[in-house]
Amino acid sequence: MALLIIRKLFYACLSLVVVMTFTFLLMKMIPGDPFQQEQALPSEIHQALRSHYGLNDSFLKQYGRYLKQATTFNFGSSLVHKGQSVSQIIRTSFPNSALLGGEALALSIPLGLLFGIAAALKPKKAQGSLITCLAVLGISVPSFILATLLQYILGIKLGLFPIARWGSMMHSFLPALSLGFMPMAFIARLTRTKMIEELHQGYVTTARAKGIPEISIIAFHALRNILSPLFSFLGPLTASILTGSFIVEKIFSIPGLGYWFVSSVLNRDYPLIMGITVFYCAILLLTSLIADIACLFVNPRLTAAALQEREKS
Amino acid sequence: MTLYLASKNPGALSSSKKNWTKFKSHPLAYASIVFLLLLGFCALFIPILSPYTYYDINLSIKNQPPSLQHWFGTDDLGRDLFTRTWNGARISLFVGIAAAAIDLVLGMLWGGIAALAGGKVDEMMMRLADILSAIPSLLMIIALMVVIGPGLHTIIIALSLFGWITMARVVRGQLLQIKHNGYVIAAKALGASFWRILFKHLLPNSLGPIIVTLTLTIPSAIFTEAFLSYLGLGVQAPIASWGTMASEGLPAMEYYPWRLFFPSGLICLTMLAFNTIGDSLSNMFDS
Repeated sequence: MALLIIRKLFYACLSLVVVMTFTFLLMKMIPGDPFQQEQALPSEIHQALRSHYGLNDSFLKQYGRYLKQATTFNFGSSLVHKGQSVSQIIRTSFPNSALLGGEALALSIPLGLLFGIAAALKPKKAQGSLITCLAVLGISVPSFILATLLQYILGIKLGLFPIARWGSMMHSFLPALSLGFMPMAFIARLTRTKMIEELHQGYVTTARAKGIPEISIIAFHALRNILSPLFSFLGPLTASILTGSFIVEKIFSIPGLGYWFVSSVLNRDYPLIMGITVFYCAILLLTSLIADIACLFVNPRLTAAALQEREKS
Repeated sequence: MTLYLASKNPGALSSSKKNWTKFKSHPLAYASIVFLLLLGFCALFIPILSPYTYYDINLSIKNQPPSLQHWFGTDDLGRDLFTRTWNGARISLFVGIAAAAIDLVLGMLWGGIAALAGGKVDEMMMRLADILSAIPSLLMIIALMVVIGPGLHTIIIALSLFGWITMARVVRGQLLQIKHNGYVIAAKALGASFWRILFKHLLPNSLGPIIVTLTLTIPSAIFTEAFLSYLGLGVQAPIASWGTMASEGLPAMEYYPWRLFFPSGLICLTMLAFNTIGDSLSNMFDS
């Protein structure tokens, strides 16, 4: 078990190094250097600046320095927002995004499970097909379209919720709903398929024969077995909420990290783009690592299977 | 009926015909295929037949609602949205299909070599794929697009740079599964050549999951393209994909809703159609 976790940790670190190398190479691919402006600098000053910032060093030396600074999360300062460092921007804006993402998760996981189970219990009835329809719809509607529609119908036409900005819980409801809808649909679909599979298993029949109420069969017997596929979906789920947040935060004008990322892309603010990219990748790798480990704990069979495979190879 | 025919005369229905009959029993999937064919047809011919072009600006008719002259209305520069939408369909579908095709080739090469070579080579190739697949691709695609610049070709390159991994895994998994099946061994024992085994036994039997993956790759590529266009990293004006048109229509939604409605509606319907087909196919191949 410990060995498996260490292995997963090692591969996550390796992936992060690949990400860092990739961003470094991208930065190197940008033509010109930061000191080229409309007015040409005298070449002595230009050279002095270049050597001061170490741009004349060898490629490998620059790469080594970059790796060292990236691990301490020092990405320098923003090109557009003068006087703000990249890590400062991330530190102030990430809590908002994390809160929003947390709300979206809190909305999508229980509702998705509930809908999925409800659909699995009566797959042929109207309730089942309605939920299945909703799930397919949820997967097909991109978050930027859903967010706009929600903002238009619930915010502008009906006036139920504030349409933009950030402040109270009411402000975060519409963005959280538009972020959480697609994951909810995914979870509902996954739960439905797995639940139908589980309900045909022998142990469910046995439990029913023993006279255990249907509710406890689902809650204590079947649910346990569908948790591990759900856990393995947690990594991609966080990724989809995170990337969804770029657009949702922009549509609802929320000062989160996604909003900064989009504006840095539009402004070509390279240090900020690269800093946020590496930060996001680190967060995502961490969540999928946690999800993997949680998976191992929920389903001990996985550990055994993985160990067996290792022995075979 | 099918069963009866098949049992009476085993050679009467080929496997592809049987699959097609099975496929037709999923009415939604059938409707989706018809819809996609219609979509492709419209995308091909409407831009040619239309009296308007996607780039002609006519400021005297800007922001007009749908009418007999302009079926989908006009945008803020007076361009005919009907023509623009079907021109956008060309771009969006092309991105989806091209990215899926490149994924297919790269994935089949990588997965095929890994599965057939086996041992250390397989281990190393799949570890590399693991490391790459752990990287959040959309972020990397955005970072790449920022540096190499927006455009149709760069989108396709960026998409397939990270997209082939799923396909490689599917191909490898399939090949490993059937490599040791009885009929392959039997064919070998009967002296069939390597190519005959590959084309007559290995490929036809691993086609199912590959097709399912393909039908799911296309909508995700279309979606990513729409997303990139929304960020201003997509195709550049005056060419427009559905994503660019939707993002142009967003700010005008309150007053000119048709500018958002048609392109985004078509994105949703296309994704729906591809997803439905993918689902039905995977159901079909499972059973």
